[in-house]
Amino acid sequence: MAKELKLMKGNEAIAEAAIRSGCDGYFGYPITPQSEVMEHLMAEKPWEKTGMVVLQAESETSSINMVYGGAGVGKKVMTSSSSPGISLMQEGLTYLAGAELPAIVVNVVRGGPGLGTIQPSQADYFQATKGGGHGDYQLFVLAPATVQEMYDFVFLGWEIAFKYRNPVMILSDGAIGQVMEKLYVGDYVPRWTDEELRKNAPWASFGKPTDRKHHIITSLELDSAKQELHNHKLQAKYREMEEKEVRFEAINCDDADYIFVAYGSSARIAEKAMQLGKEKGYKIGILRLITLFPFPKKKIAELSTKVKGMLAVEMSAGQMVEDVRLAAEFRCPIEHYGRYGGIIHTPQEVLEALEEKIIKRK
Amino acid sequence: MTEEIIIAGFGGQGVLSMGKILAYSGAMQDKEVSWMPSYGPEMRGGTANVSVIISDERISSPIISQFDTAIILNQQSLDKFESSVKPGGVLLYDPNGITNPPKRTDINIYKIAATEKAADLGLAKVFNMIVLGGFLKVKPVVTEEFIEKGLMKSLPERHHGMIPENLKAVQTGKELVQAVHTL
Amino acid sequence: MFNQDIVKPENLVYKRTEVLTDNVMHYCPGCGHGTTHRIIAEVIEEMGIQDKAICVAPVGCSVLAYNYFEVDSLGAAHGRAPALATAIQRLNPDKHTFTYQGDGDLAAIGTAETIHACNRGENIVIIFINNGIYGMTGGQMAPTTLVGMKTATTPYGRNVELNGYPLQITELLAQLPGTYLVTRQSVHTAAAVRKTKKAIRQAFENQKNKKGTSFVEVVSNCNSGWKMPATKANEWMVENMFAKYPIGDIKVDGELVQK
Repeated sequence: MAKELKLMKGNEAIAEAAIRSGCDGYFGYPITPQSEVMEHLMAEKPWEKTGMVVLQAESETSSINMVYGGAGVGKKVMTSSSSPGISLMQEGLTYLAGAELPAIVVNVVRGGPGLGTIQPSQADYFQATKGGGHGDYQLFVLAPATVQEMYDFVFLGWEIAFKYRNPVMILSDGAIGQVMEKLYVGDYVPRWTDEELRKNAPWASFGKPTDRKHHIITSLELDSAKQELHNHKLQAKYREMEEKEVRFEAINCDDADYIFVAYGSSARIAEKAMQLGKEKGYKIGILRLITLFPFPKKKIAELSTKVKGMLAVEMSAGQMVEDVRLAAEFRCPIEHYGRYGGIIHTPQEVLEALEEKIIKRK
Repeated sequence: MTEEIIIAGFGGQGVLSMGKILAYSGAMQDKEVSWMPSYGPEMRGGTANVSVIISDERISSPIISQFDTAIILNQQSLDKFESSVKPGGVLLYDPNGITNPPKRTDINIYKIAATEKAADLGLAKVFNMIVLGGFLKVKPVVTEEFIEKGLMKSLPERHHGMIPENLKAVQTGKELVQAVHTL
Repeated sequence: MFNQDIVKPENLVYKRTEVLTDNVMHYCPGCGHGTTHRIIAEVIEEMGIQDKAICVAPVGCSVLAYNYFEVDSLGAAHGRAPALATAIQRLNPDKHTFTYQGDGDLAAIGTAETIHACNRGENIVIIFINNGIYGMTGGQMAPTTLVGMKTATTPYGRNVELNGYPLQITELLAQLPGTYLVTRQSVHTAAAVRKTKKAIRQAFENQKNKKGTSFVEVVSNCNSGWKMPATKANEWMVENMFAKYPIGDIKVDGELVQK
């Protein structure tokens, strides 16, 4: 595949990936710090290039329901927003999960709660990985740390979403959304033809041919016994994801005394902190999480038996750290460090936190 | 080589686009680059700043708080970022509107009267390229050839006619920059 | 004579359309939903668009509408049907996406979706059943509940000071440039059914010709919610509902009709 070099913001990379990955439709509503996604799409006019539909909806509520509609007829559809807008979308997300519809939802997280700030944050971890909407369901959550990953995870997102018939969330943050970096883009993947759609999404409500009964896309089942069975099916799917789809990057973990567990922007800051620590003679590794659900429980359990301690670094008051503790089952000290409300921790702060909370701990 | 730069000034001075051209030029020269703007309401006419990193290695954090070079275009930015220059680093500023010049003695300080020069030449549009020229004279992190390529890549095609003028401004900047205090 | 002597193809005078499924409808006897379902299905059959029709069902009494239409369907979250339909139709411009919504779904929780879909002139058909009450949840006040009308949440009658005014959303939507057909009909008499069917046919024809949004309101009864026998409910509807929600075309071919 021919690779073309571009310099793009993370948000623009999402939009570029949408066009190049054969996305059929994007439905969104402006909110800082992710408005460049739709701005880039509107400027590129993909309806002229690939036939992709782009629409500015009247609200995030409407955007996510447009996504639900498009997904229900088997199309590759997506939306993006930032924290307050994602809160509004929770209704749609649980319906998507309940009706088992594939879709991509990008959250370029900003500081909360409420209207909060417009600066980067990672305080939507719980919302993304523990439901957010009602009912027992899981989003598949990918955490990009670079502009390239913002782009690549859209392609990966379609694969996962259609393989499991499950909504995929790309959990980014204001820093990754706004930073401009080198990006290698590939050739355009054509949108699915009607025949391909019927093959790849045979369950969809794309119009009833004469040779089958009608399809119904719904999350409603009035018979509780049947609904329990449906829940069993969903849970089995989530367990399969945990078995097969865990992704992470382990940097210098093999002989590390200490581990930073982090994702997205925080992982990059931790990487710098790791370099600073190396100058001071510390053996630090980083476990950078790529999938937040499924969570890399096994890897953390394995590392927890080998190291002297782990520091969960996240721009929140301590959310991911809970999962790290659960996975490590207290086999080693696990602490949290993070700034929040839109403040980004510095590498120096992260290293100091490791020293104070873990290394010098008695 | 890793060069961590902050460019700060008023909105409308071309701070973000200067950073973008620098980042593009670095990318064209096969370096790793990142460009991280301040964003939000402060962009609307207030101060604007952007961090640019140009490196031979993979860039870890694009968010930085200590800089090898600070390019400063107004007093507020000078007040905010003078203390964030790494010891031994560079502070380059335009003296226009500066009432409290930088005082640090552990860094290299340069000034470039780019506002005045741009006004004299009637080239307000390429003011930021004069400043960029001054920076490249002090820290040649990218070569001229790649500045041209960076301009080609970052400017929309309809503006490619302006590239020679931009390159000339870079030259002007190189000649204009003056050392104030060097280690 | 035995049944088998009578049930023969040559004796066929009426046949249920195959665009309806064999499922027994759960609607209360005398309710307008069943009739409205049938005429929508007949229009789809007569136009030969069963393979292109996509039904978006609401939340409300007709939440299970997809069990009755033998067309590919989606069940929307409460009030969001026009958003679903917007995307489906834009992604499939040659299909026939229609929503089927009640007054709570369309005119309360889904007001924003309704107005914006109509204002964008989405090329969809919206069928709006207005019976002035929340049937499924047990007879609470709807946005279209008449002043003075008793419901589970207005036990002393709808009071303007407390509850505000009945919302004439259909008249409101007619003002929007995106709507091409806006009409109010009913299904309580054979003649009314014929008129409503004609209106629904027109709506789908408009869609075929990509004219924008076609909106058909059907004023209906809710004998359970209104707590009256079906025939009485129809009389009450004619007397009271029609006074506030007069039957007839409001906008035809994109032009407001003088009344």
